[in-house]
Order: sequence, then structure tokens, then C-alpha cells
Amino acid sequence: MNGQTFHSVTLDPAKCTGCTTCIRYCPTEAIRVRKGRAIIMDERCIDCGECIRACPHNAKKAVSDPLAAMERFNIRVAIPAPTLYGQFDEKFTIDRILSALKGLGFDQVLEVAWAAELVSNAGALSVDQRQCKGPMISSACPAVVKLIQVRFPSLIENLMPIQSPMEVAARLIKERFYPGRADVGVFFISPCAGKVTVSRYPQGVKTSAVDGVIGIKDIYVPLRNTLPGTVELPLAHASGRGIAWAHIDGESDAVGNPAGISVSGIADVISVLEALENGKMANVAFIEALACPAGCVGGPLTVENPYIARARLRARERRVVSRGHRQPPVAADDLELGWEEPVQAREALRLHPDMLKAMIMMEEMEVIHASLPGLDCGSCGAPTCKAFAEDVARGHVVITDCIFKLRENVRKLAEQLIDMERIQPPGLDKD
Amino acid sequence: MKLHFDVPGDDLSLAGKASSELKKALGRLGIDPVTIKRTAVAMYEAEINMVIHAHGGSADAEIGPAGIDIRLQDSGPGIPDLDMAMQEGYSTAPEAARELGFGAGMGLPNMKRNADDLRIESTVGVGTTVTIRITLPGSTTKAP
Ligand SMILES: Nc1ncnc2c1ncn2[C@@H]1O[C@H](COP(=O)(O)OP(=O)(O)OP(=O)(O)O)[C@@H](O)[C@H]1O
Ligand code: SF4
Ligand code: SF4
Ligand SMILES: [Mg+2]
Repeated sequence: MNGQTFHSVTLDPAKCTGCTTCIRYCPTEAIRVRKGRAIIMDERCIDCGECIRACPHNAKKAVSDPLAAMERFNIRVAIPAPTLYGQFDEKFTIDRILSALKGLGFDQVLEVAWAAELVSNAGALSVDQRQCKGPMISSACPAVVKLIQVRFPSLIENLMPIQSPMEVAARLIKERFYPGRADVGVFFISPCAGKVTVSRYPQGVKTSAVDGVIGIKDIYVPLRNTLPGTVELPLAHASGRGIAWAHIDGESDAVGNPAGISVSGIADVISVLEALENGKMANVAFIEALACPAGCVGGPLTVENPYIARARLRARERRVVSRGHRQPPVAADDLELGWEEPVQAREALRLHPDMLKAMIMMEEMEVIHASLPGLDCGSCGAPTCKAFAEDVARGHVVITDCIFKLRENVRKLAEQLIDMERIQPPGLDKD
Repeated sequence: MKLHFDVPGDDLSLAGKASSELKKALGRLGIDPVTIKRTAVAMYEAEINMVIHAHGGSADAEIGPAGIDIRLQDSGPGIPDLDMAMQEGYSTAPEAARELGFGAGMGLPNMKRNADDLRIESTVGVGTTVTIRITLPGSTTKAP
């Protein structure tokens, strides 16, 4: 969506020292340091969380809803991401984790992992029937979808037009369990900052069925404390196939296309998308791309180390290959899972809506860039000299915000002063 | 507006940087995604060829309201038989490049498919110059 103003990743101005560490890590060059504080350009931010990981002062955070947000609703439903199961030791069964979650004040719990199995089936079909040139790219990771909207608009046609497991789980609650009721609140228990944003500005659907997003880290302690004394209810329905969506390779295995590849971590995702845009990967049918390291287990709202979480999840997956003996929680085979509307390119990097004006600005940008030292030192607050040149051309900053340019100007000024000093006023000229 | 890129030779890990930069520039100008993709494919293949077959060279792009003109110049070995080189599957890529997935002999045919005009001038022992023209949609200007 263009013109969006809210996104989850934000700055805590009290903690930011203006050290400029984060600006280099942002994949869309969305951060600048101005007046000693980092600011995020909303239209460019894809909520990948890289700046949260990079900041040495914990000044970047992902805003999510507090547990108390559920109090606005009569009926409260939690839909946990499978990543939640990886946060706890395997001695606690998934039934127990879900029961403890319910015990925090929810009337019902439905696993997003179970919805992920429905999405896997729809995904497999859409890969087989794809109309686009080249592979389908999973649209489950909101940061990857936004990365494509901002940096790779030519690949929008490759995005899988299927709703995310979170959205499907929330819709099942609203449409199948409580049809027609307005007092039902659905809360996603999330490892992911991007999901907070898409619950308000959705991708591919007109409005999201999710009412709030609660970070895993915000409920970790109360959950951990109640786990030992919780009475287990038979709440788990997902098989290993759905649970595996929490980490890299999970979705690929669930979709089951042998010509698939999976990639995680924003830098590697970008290089795969670059290769795809350059016409490589002709024989690939499906790309699972997750912005966080090792997949959702590496999300900024998690507690456990991503690789430990993944190992635990894989152990759980081996144990619950299938839960065929339990009835599915609800009939869902006839649910329409396709996108309701297309995802659009976000022209956040465009210099000017008029191409001729944009060309003039870019020429200016090139001239400025050529005059800069090329050290990418960051002291101007921009990630690279090129980005600084762009900011000058856009009129956001002045050239003397570069300390080298400032020094150059000061030297010129000093030379002029010396020259002026040599000139005698005409009245004192005794020649 | 003009852009210049130096393409260092023999370092395959850096290959693709010039086409990536050009792509970013086209995005800043608001060029449509289909044209960006065509340009990316043609430029990338030409850039890689320069790295693999000709120890690098330089690339110059001129972007105007009618289209994008790219000129890639190298002082490599040259191409003895152009018609042969243009055929799908023809490749003299060394083993090291093949191990990285290059050398299918698809680069030149792909460039031809994506460019509105492709010209190659090559002299054995002197070098190769590749000119690619991409016309912007809505523009009626013909290739020179
Ligand atoms: N700049 C160049 N200098 C010298 N020879 C070249 C140059 N570009 C292409 N060639 C020759 O033309 C052949 C065909 O090029 P083409 O790009 O079609 O295939 P390739 O580079 O061998 O493999 P692929 O592009 O599929 O990785 C090359 O193998 C090489 O012999
Ligand atoms: S890394 Fe960025 S957000 Fe963190 S203190 Fe430095 S400038 Fe501020
Ligand atoms: S969340 Fe990602 S895209 Fe947004 S400002 Fe941070 S690093 Fe940049
Ligand atoms: Mg080639």
C-alpha cells in the first residue's frame, strides 16, 4: 500500500545515541541520522528487523500489542505461530503450550500451523498452475513481499497469490467458529514485526481478520511460569508439515515441489531475487524466501536463539508426523484462500513522479556523488555517499552536511579571507 | 543522462554489480518494471560475458526519454565467429565458470531476445564492443 504511515519497527529516541550503526544494515536505505537521532522513512521501511538486530543500544524496537488488548473483546482467541513451540524445552508438549496460552485469558486457541497446512495445499496447486514466467515466490513473509514491492517490482507477478497462514487462521475463527459476531477478538502470537504492520495494512486482502498482534517475547515469561502446572487439553491439530513453517525449508517441504529452493536472511534473499531478476533460475518452480535468519524462528519478537529453536521444532516435527487421529478443528476444505486484491509496487525509491524531472535530479545526484570522497563514512547520517548525494538532490539536506565538503568550504573561505587581508583600502595605499 | 561502470575482470563474485547499479538507477527514474527486467537481463549477460571471456572492461549507459543505450567495451580475445557464438548452446566458457552455472551458451541469445536492438563488433585479438538498445514503451523512436 502506498502512503502508509504506520509500521511496527520504530525508534526509542531516549536510547538512540545517533551512532549510525544501523544505517548500513537497512536493505532499502530507509534510515538516516538527523540531529543525533535515527529516523526511519516510513514509505521505505519493510519491517525486516535488521536495524533491531544491528543497534548496539537497543534503541530500535518492534511495536506490538500488549496482552491487555484482548480486554476490548468478549470472546478472545489466540492464534499462535508455530515458532512459539520452539521457545520451550521439548519436555513441554505442544498440547501443554497451547493449554498454558489459553490459560492466559483466551477462550480459544487455534494453531496457525494447522492453517499453514491448508495454505501448503493451495500453494502446491498454485505452483503447478502458475501463469508467470519463472518461479513462484512465497508470499508468507511480509518483509519479503514489501522488499519486492520496493526493490523488485518486476517480480510482483511471481508472488504466490495465496493468503498467509495467519490470515487464514484468523478468518477460520471469524467465519467458521463465530460467524456474524462482532465481539470476537483474534490475536496472533507473533515472532514477526512485519505481521504487526500487515494486520493493519494487509497484503492481498482488503481488511485483515486479525485484531491484534502480541509479541512472543511479551508473553514468554508468564507462559513459561505456568507451563509446569498446566493441565494438558487436546488442543494440537497440526502435523509436522505445518509446524515446520516456523523455519527455513518448512514451507518448501510442505509445498513439496522438487524444483524449489529456500533462502533466509535478508542479504541472501536479496541476492536470490537479483539473480531471478537477471533471468537466472529458469528451472526453479518455487522460492521460499524468509527475511529473518533461519526463518520465522529468527524473528525480532522471539526469545530463543533461532538455531536452538529450529532444532527443537525439528525434534517436535519428527514426533508428531501426523495428528490424523484427532478430528480437524473445523471443516475448511471449501475456504477460498486466494488473494482478494493484487499487491502493488511501492515507488518509494523513485526520485520524482515526472521522469524528465527525475532524470535531471539523477544527473545532479551523479555530479554530487562524483565530488564526494567515497568513504561511505556515515557521518552525514546517510548509509553511503551515493545515498547522501541522493538526499542532496532531493533537497532533504545540504552539501555541507558532508564534513569533507564543509572542510573544503572552510578552507576556501579562509583563503578568501587571507586574500582580502592583503588588499589595502585605497586610502592607505601609498604608492 | 549518462552512467559509467568499470567492470573488473576474473572476479566472478563481483560480477553483476554494474547491472545491479543500472537497475537501481532505472528504479529511481520510475522506469516500468517490464523494461527494467529486460534491461537487467541483457546488461547482466553482457557484463558476465565480459568478466568470463574478456578479463573485464567498461560499460556506459545512456538513459533518455526514448530508451536506454548500453555500450560494453572490452579488450579481450574477441569472437572469431559471431554467427556461431549467437547460437543457443555454443560456449567456450572455461571449467571454473561452468562449475558456477555459467557456460550454457544462452547469454547472447538471451540478450537478443530482451534487447530491441543488439549489435556486436568484435575483432580477434583486439576486443569486443556490445551495444544494446532498449526502447521505452510508448516511445516511437527507432534504433539508430
Ligand atoms: N565479450 C566477449 N569476448 C570474447 N568472447 C565472447 C564474449 N562474449 C561472448 N563470447 C563468446 O561467445 C560465446 C557465447 O556467449 P554466450 O553468452 O551466449 O554463452 P556463454 O557465456 O558461453 O554461456 P552463458 O552465457 O550461458 O553462461 C562464449 O562462450 C564466448 O566464446
Ligand atoms: S544503531 Fe541506529 S538506532 Fe541504534 S543508537 Fe545507533 S543510530 Fe540510534
Ligand atoms: S526494519 Fe528493516 S527496512 Fe525498516 S528501517 Fe529497519 S532495517 Fe530498514
Ligand atoms: Mg554468457
